[in-house]
Amino acid sequence: MSEYIIKNGHVFDPVQGIKGDKKDIAIKDGKIVDKVGSSAKVVDAKDKTVMAGAVEIHAHIAGPKVNLGRIYRPEDKLFSYVPKGGNQRMAGGFSIPTTFKTGYEYAKMGYTTCMEAAMPPLFSRHVHEEIRDTPIIDEAAFPVFGNNWFVLEYLKNQEIENTAAYIAWLLRATKGYAVKVVNPGGTEAWGWGLNCLTVNDPVPYFDITPAEIIKGLIEANEYLGLPHSMHIHPNNLGNPGNYETTLDTLKIAEGIKAKNKFGREQVLHLTHTQFHSYGGTNWGDFESKAKEVTDYVNKNKNITIDTGNVTLDETTTMTADGPFEHHLTGLNHLKWANVDVELETAAGVVPYIYSPSISVCAIQWAVGIEIPLMMKDPMRCFITTDHPNAGPFTRYPRVIKWLMSAKARETQINAFKHKDKVLSQSAIGTLDREISLYEIAQMTRAGPAKSLGLSSMIGGLKPGMDADVVVYNFNPDKPVADPDQIEAAFQKASHVFKSGVEVVTDGEIVSNGNKRTLWVNAKTKENPQVMRDIQEKFLKYYSVSRANYEALGHHIVPNPYAIEVDAGQ
Amino acid sequence: MTKAVTDVVCPFCGTLCDDLEVTVSDDGKQILEVANACVIGTAKFMHSQAKDRLTRPRMRQEDGSWKEVSYEEAADYTAKILAGAKKPLMYGWSSTNCEAQSMGHEIAEMCGAVVDNTAAVCHGTTLIAVQDIGLPSCTLGEIKNRADRIIFWGCNPAHAHPRHMSRYSIFPRGFFTGKGQKSRKVVVVDPRLTDTARLADIHIQIEQGRDYELLNALRVALNNEWLPDVVAGVPKEKIREVADVLKSGRFGIIFFGMGVTQTLSKNHNIDEAIALTKHLNEFTKYSIMPMRGHYNVTGSGEVLAWQFGFPYSVDLSRGFARYNPGDTSTIDLLARGEVDAMLTIASDPGAHFPISCVKHLAKIPSVCIDPHQTPTSGVSKLHVPVAFVGIEVGGNAYRMDNVPIDTRKVVEPPEGMKTDEEFLTMVRDRVKKIKGVK
Repeated sequence: MSEYIIKNGHVFDPVQGIKGDKKDIAIKDGKIVDKVGSSAKVVDAKDKTVMAGAVEIHAHIAGPKVNLGRIYRPEDKLFSYVPKGGNQRMAGGFSIPTTFKTGYEYAKMGYTTCMEAAMPPLFSRHVHEEIRDTPIIDEAAFPVFGNNWFVLEYLKNQEIENTAAYIAWLLRATKGYAVKVVNPGGTEAWGWGLNCLTVNDPVPYFDITPAEIIKGLIEANEYLGLPHSMHIHPNNLGNPGNYETTLDTLKIAEGIKAKNKFGREQVLHLTHTQFHSYGGTNWGDFESKAKEVTDYVNKNKNITIDTGNVTLDETTTMTADGPFEHHLTGLNHLKWANVDVELETAAGVVPYIYSPSISVCAIQWAVGIEIPLMMKDPMRCFITTDHPNAGPFTRYPRVIKWLMSAKARETQINAFKHKDKVLSQSAIGTLDREISLYEIAQMTRAGPAKSLGLSSMIGGLKPGMDADVVVYNFNPDKPVADPDQIEAAFQKASHVFKSGVEVVTDGEIVSNGNKRTLWVNAKTKENPQVMRDIQEKFLKYYSVSRANYEALGHHIVPNPYAIEVDAGQ
Repeated sequence: MTKAVTDVVCPFCGTLCDDLEVTVSDDGKQILEVANACVIGTAKFMHSQAKDRLTRPRMRQEDGSWKEVSYEEAADYTAKILAGAKKPLMYGWSSTNCEAQSMGHEIAEMCGAVVDNTAAVCHGTTLIAVQDIGLPSCTLGEIKNRADRIIFWGCNPAHAHPRHMSRYSIFPRGFFTGKGQKSRKVVVVDPRLTDTARLADIHIQIEQGRDYELLNALRVALNNEWLPDVVAGVPKEKIREVADVLKSGRFGIIFFGMGVTQTLSKNHNIDEAIALTKHLNEFTKYSIMPMRGHYNVTGSGEVLAWQFGFPYSVDLSRGFARYNPGDTSTIDLLARGEVDAMLTIASDPGAHFPISCVKHLAKIPSVCIDPHQTPTSGVSKLHVPVAFVGIEVGGNAYRMDNVPIDTRKVVEPPEGMKTDEEFLTMVRDRVKKIKGVK
């Protein structure tokens, strides 16, 4: 494999505490090394910014609901197609790009590892087929557990060990990575057209509450010692006044300590926090409660969050929160797709236009910006757009611009039709903090890598780590004349290396790299009861046979990379 | 000694039953018996064992006779006609696996071809309606476990999807439906007294081609608004009765087929059926599902969508993907004579397309990749028989509810036979050479 040396760049690496010092980064055999030979190819990074490859902790980029979005929104392809050429297949789509475009666009922005945030287990084969066709980036997928009948039945009787054994089995069968929870209990209730809007609403028939599901899954996750924590999209998403449900959810984690060998410290990851930090009682008095939520998270170190920034685009919402999408189509009257998945979950898809001329959308934008500005520890707050829900991932450079430049924020606020309402219903006008490049590296690299339990592999530039390295055309020594320069620099990286292979040069794809699929192989003690329950559910209630379900992950996972966990003792 | 292969997936219809047991001979070369499958599925497995089956490609000669050629020669010809054409058409895909579809798309991209599947003459109208209004749906297991209202509209699963009713819809005892058929009310809407209609609690013998009106009248009845005395040949009392039955269920499902997708009003029928489903969700829980025909037509739509963004009728001839049914759809392209080479795979347009289209197909350079001899292979210049997917080679397929299931290999194909994917890979490599792609 080629050797490279990236010379004279301003390096930002939270893993080693390097804050913009000039430093050479050497790459050999796919890893960062101390030094390379004289024949190494030199990349001149003078007056440029050097960071590790970015890590996406939460995006919907592969699988049945993403593809349903593609199928039912031909309009999303308008004006977005890039013809084939060079190393690239033809690539199109804006909020739900084709798999090829997904890989190319992430790579161009310097992202090298991405997490698909919600995999319905029954459809895991579909998810992996799309992952196979997404070039360059390493990927992993989180199966959803929060409405799974096995989990509901075990946790009703507080059977943590059985829940853990089932989780381990399902991660193996679906080649999954982490325990994802979406609207716990509420999506099962949606099977009957109902919902759970607080953590204490009982789930129909199963006689368990969301709070019990959340607590049990945190405990089972720590029992197994998985690399990532329980990753939750709480109940009551998107409604005025929902911050109370959010705080109730976070409080469930109080007193629980992380137990794992991966250096992860949190036991709960709260995703797309923006959608869960609303006050008010209706759309008229809708207001930001970012302060209340971030105050709580700042105080409680066993929680990490991601932002879910609204980018003010026309996009496609999609979530395993089935009842929410039904609610949303009632609000905006745009086309509604829904898929209920037997014994496991559901999903809905509705297009959405975040218009800067609508006060609620503008306040949502403000909430998304307030959260990272109010978070004290950037190692616990990560930038996402919950792609494509609050906006497409291709807008990350714009979000970074808003975070790094108060001037850029002011320009945006002045452009809102209901500027005064935005300022009165949120604290965005009072925040003058500007996020530094070092903090950006924490929020997009070291932080998410640590939260995912991958801090020894990715998210930093320490010798021995994977050689995922990005060079941006951005000189941190020079004052930023125009904030748009920030966006331009982060949109198309100057150079991107993925596992030591140069995949992007001057913002263009030069190689399809050596993509991997990460998954977690958790070993547990033999558990005859769980195996018997699995057998029974397949005989009686599933519409596929157990053998065919367990065959889901075979053959199809490209270049698999298993992270071993031994919970057998 | 014979061997039993279990959990075999049936490569016939969109029901994609995965509980077949196939008994094969000790050497793994011959299928002796098929259990659990319907008659059509069994016939497909047994048909693959025919002694007079074609096992090598054959090329039509000038005098009209066939000459056997090697797979290499067949791949040369296929690559040459696709790479040399201005607007080649690659049609079919519905009875092969996703791996072959994916390989075909690579070829299509290099050749600037139009890629289309059998939805073009089947549920393509459904897809257009879904693009208008969305689709509240679910997996088939949800129906088995929860549904107490089953509506079959313009479809006849008793003949077209024979095990659908016993596995998923009418008879099974699921988690919340322990009494099986007794816990369900079945409504069939069909102008004919079909074998499915005979199983119904309520059969609405609708006037042919009046589906839109009846769907709309049901919505009116849901709102308790004024109705004319008779709509679509159905008295208003009956319509109100059915609306009450629908409304009073806890979980309902509307299955629909070609009786509504390809009759008068086409996609507008489906628009209205989906609107009715959405409407019913204001009262209770409802889903709607197209009864997809070929076992992997759904998969073709899925692979096209994640690779190009559109589910069928995808035109790559301009170097980027376009989708405009009526313009980029197979029937229209053939009828207008716009296509100058055609590859047909895993489907039989020769038997189902308008004769004017088949006449054009007969005129242009053409390849038919299909294990069977069909009307399409009969009018094609080259016929490439291949191994049966789901019998002689595995690979992924998507059920009518989009659930992916890996089909299984049960027996070896006849000596030296290629699979769809293998043959298309040979073509792909040759096209790369012709086009100078590394």
